[in-house]
Amino acid sequence: MKHKTFLWFMLPSGFAMLLFIALPIMSVLVQSLYIEHEKVLIEVENCVPLGGCTKETVVDTEAAARLKAEQPLGQFNGFGTYTNRNHLATAEIAGFWRSTNSWAEFGKQVYGLPFYKALAFTLTYTFLVTPMVIILGFCIALAVNALPRMFKGLAIFFSLLPMMVTPLVGSLILYWMIDSRGVLGQTLQVIMADPDLSLRASPVLTWIMLMVYGTWSSAPFAFVVFYAGLQTVPEDTLESAMIDGASRWERVRYVVIPYLMPLVTFIALIQLMDNFRVFEPIVGFSAEASATSLSWIIYNDLRGEFQLFGSAAATSMLTILGVAVLLTPVLIRTWRDFKGAKS
Amino acid sequence: MKDFTTALLSGVAALAFASSAMADGHGCSVTSGSVRILGNEFPAIQTIAAKAQECVSGDATFASNLTKDHRDIQVAALTPNPAEYTSAIVANGSIVPLMNDGLIRPLDDLVAKHAPDFPKSQLITINGQIMAVAFMANAQHLFYREDILAEAGVEVPTSYEDVLAAAKAIKDKGLLEYPLSGTYKAGWNLGEEFVNMYMGTGASMFEEGTASPAINNENGIAALNMMKALSEYMNPDFLTYDSNAAAAEWEAGNVAIMNMWGSRAGPVTDDEGSTPEIVAATKFAAAPTLGEGPELATTLWWDGFTIAANISDEDAEATFIALMNGINDATANANPEQAVWLSPGYKPSPAAAGVFASASATPYPMVPYGGLMHTALGAELTEFMQGNESAEQALADVEAAYTAAAKEAGFIQ
Amino acid sequence: MSEALATRRSLPLRALLMGFLFLWLIAAAFPFFWTLWGSFKVQSDFFSIQDWRNALWGTRTVIETGGAFTGAGYEGAWIQEGFGRAVFNTLIVTVCVTAISLTFGTLGGYALSRSSYNYTFWILMVALVFRAMPHITLVSGYLLPFFELNIWGYLSTSIVVLVAINQPFTIWMLRSFFMNIPKDLDESAMVDGCTRFQAFRYVIIPVMWPGVITTGLFSFLLAYNDFAVTAMLLSKENQTMIPKIASFLGSTQQEGNVMFAVAAVVSATAPLFVLVLFFQRQIVSGLTAGAVKG
Repeated sequence: MKHKTFLWFMLPSGFAMLLFIALPIMSVLVQSLYIEHEKVLIEVENCVPLGGCTKETVVDTEAAARLKAEQPLGQFNGFGTYTNRNHLATAEIAGFWRSTNSWAEFGKQVYGLPFYKALAFTLTYTFLVTPMVIILGFCIALAVNALPRMFKGLAIFFSLLPMMVTPLVGSLILYWMIDSRGVLGQTLQVIMADPDLSLRASPVLTWIMLMVYGTWSSAPFAFVVFYAGLQTVPEDTLESAMIDGASRWERVRYVVIPYLMPLVTFIALIQLMDNFRVFEPIVGFSAEASATSLSWIIYNDLRGEFQLFGSAAATSMLTILGVAVLLTPVLIRTWRDFKGAKS
Repeated sequence: MKDFTTALLSGVAALAFASSAMADGHGCSVTSGSVRILGNEFPAIQTIAAKAQECVSGDATFASNLTKDHRDIQVAALTPNPAEYTSAIVANGSIVPLMNDGLIRPLDDLVAKHAPDFPKSQLITINGQIMAVAFMANAQHLFYREDILAEAGVEVPTSYEDVLAAAKAIKDKGLLEYPLSGTYKAGWNLGEEFVNMYMGTGASMFEEGTASPAINNENGIAALNMMKALSEYMNPDFLTYDSNAAAAEWEAGNVAIMNMWGSRAGPVTDDEGSTPEIVAATKFAAAPTLGEGPELATTLWWDGFTIAANISDEDAEATFIALMNGINDATANANPEQAVWLSPGYKPSPAAAGVFASASATPYPMVPYGGLMHTALGAELTEFMQGNESAEQALADVEAAYTAAAKEAGFIQ
Repeated sequence: MSEALATRRSLPLRALLMGFLFLWLIAAAFPFFWTLWGSFKVQSDFFSIQDWRNALWGTRTVIETGGAFTGAGYEGAWIQEGFGRAVFNTLIVTVCVTAISLTFGTLGGYALSRSSYNYTFWILMVALVFRAMPHITLVSGYLLPFFELNIWGYLSTSIVVLVAINQPFTIWMLRSFFMNIPKDLDESAMVDGCTRFQAFRYVIIPVMWPGVITTGLFSFLLAYNDFAVTAMLLSKENQTMIPKIASFLGSTQQEGNVMFAVAAVVSATAPLFVLVLFFQRQIVSGLTAGAVKG
């Protein structure tokens, strides 16, 4: 395709992304390198209802405005925000390394740091949920594809339900169902023969619960993509495979799966990325005590009384970096495909 | 400021008369300018906005955006000139970022002009300037089940030590498996519980006049240990319990004592969600003390309105007049159950008793860096509450997390 | 047909597949049907702490309303809280976002699938990086400029933002589908004298619908289910369904009307059911018939 034609085709999409994603990412990157101005604190008297008057500290807004006019971005801090205790915590880790004697002890100390605690869950979640979603989605697609035509529409609709009900309420209802007194929680207690079993109280069970929910809610996505892909499997190839005496399994293994491989790459890409940014289930299931993720840390910085934009910006950049590292194998594969397609 | 409470409860007829005459009568007519309100979403604020709108007529315009996400957009919304909203309805915590950035204006001249007799106790005064007008109060205080306490043979607790003893008695008698509850959900709620408990020690969370943290000491440890001891009598899922979940447990009759928001007193005693026996036995008292006290282990919260700085004086005046009409006695007495109103003529509903009984508590600290400490507490205390960390380690983690955040925000160099 | 071949399976295998599908459909649909049933109960039954079976029999519902079923949740959501307005807003947002996303996306995705220069690869990679950006950070960054430009709070602003942050996904997905359409198809049209755009218009568009419908489904669901963008960028009167439902859930200060939210979710899913049934011919037979022969 000619450069000029390409440009015209790409223009609307490219412009939208440039304006609403590229620019903000640049500004976030710049923001992450700065910290706020030194706040001049003054002591004043505050009076509030019922409480009476007390000495309180406030920010000298005039001094703050003056500093802001001089340096609108704040104080340059380089990568200081990235390395501080609430992010990569390089100094703390070096300290733990010197003060601990065993790997277990070192690991426990590092796990106490918010970023690494979140990273541990994020990575576990990403690496378990992604393959489970792909496998489950593929199996559902095969099964639905084998249904008689009249049932397909209904099966597709029900399979899409986990994706359609908003996670906000979906997780609220599921959360209630798995409560130790809810319908699923009670059933589990009977199955496990443990009347005190509570999925919400134990960190391990909370992790499992979040991952099961993640698989459940993302499987429809993989299902739909695979299902659409299955419709386009070339029949001549299947036929010739049958004539060659390939069994059903062999046909799936050597014809269908290779044919769907680009879709697997695609789903893996999207799922790795989405799972690395896992957030909604944590809030929906009130799981903050046992499981936090990088996106949750950003949320925690941005929501509430005091918003730490610089800190959120640094975590966001680290998230992007993390996604880039995760995707490297997939990217290399795409690059090869790309080169292969060219030649 | 106990005299204020007493004055309020005995109902100062004269004051009530004066202020309602001011607000109901001629004061409220806005025919030019624009009134645009940003605030939280609950019935009391919705009522105020509706009342404020009644004043607006002629060329004046009115708009309101009452949403749970108001805190997240308020700074951005008030920064441009002219600001998106002429008034932000705030609380102790959420006024701070607006103050830090100088986004709200002093109200002294408006008060002097339109409400010279307005009770001083409702005016939030910072550094000698009126920055907000408060209209309602809220605090976490004791909810208890009269019938269960009587059956267990214990008095109404006045300290957390009593609460523990009562919980033990109730559990030993087999009356309830988990007699206590609370809003211990990791995050903001857990942070708030610690702040409440720490206030019971009477100490400050920061070194005098600076932003340096001062919680890793015997006060912090005492507060944490009490929280841990209480949690032993709670449902094991306590770290996921917010106000909604805790109130539901209460309505189901599974809990005998909890320290809960005053704004939930009305809903748990209404005719929905609970049995008449539980409702009849639900009583309210002041928040307990930690140890001997005398400080109550809770924090007082107020909600009030502010006026944006980046708007025309005309809009500011229009907004002030309209909102003053929204918060008068008539509003309060027409909706006594919607909030613990501060207006002087308010005749409190029975559900307001707990907040008034806790009126001597410390207000939630309005320091500029308080929000950072709150966030750090909510995130770093969970491992201690789960029993995986010592109190000292948890407090050290909180201080480290807070210090890193405060450096980013420019409070500590 | 490939369908016939792929489905010609032995009985045990078929039974295994059907058993698996049965289990999956239960797992997928049970929570929804539970919600549908529970939406006609009162909160203390549906979220019953005493006994979950109350949700089945409606013990408290009988005490509080006199009957085993109550439409109070629906009444509250639709009449008291004006949920219809939010539904209408959602309709505008989802239709616009899907239409614009697909228009931009097919053009971009087609170009990316047909160009073999190296920059194509890098555009795809950059799009991935764009997609990696957490939405909350993006949205917090939009707030101040939007307020200053006075475009905050409008449906159109949210539509544009949703289209933009959805683009990386859309172009990636459509590109994968276009890659499966043989290049010979449009190239032979161009040999016959068509311009690139004509080839796209007359040769590619007729065969691209399977991919577009599938991508459209995801664009639709994204706009429909979005919370991060719509909650922060829309004013109260322009709220779409999901933030509206969130506002029913209550806060620290305020007890929520959880049953309003439950009823609202059920009524929000009903039109989707109709939509999927309506489009199922496109999704099922459309995919099969429109499928490209290799």
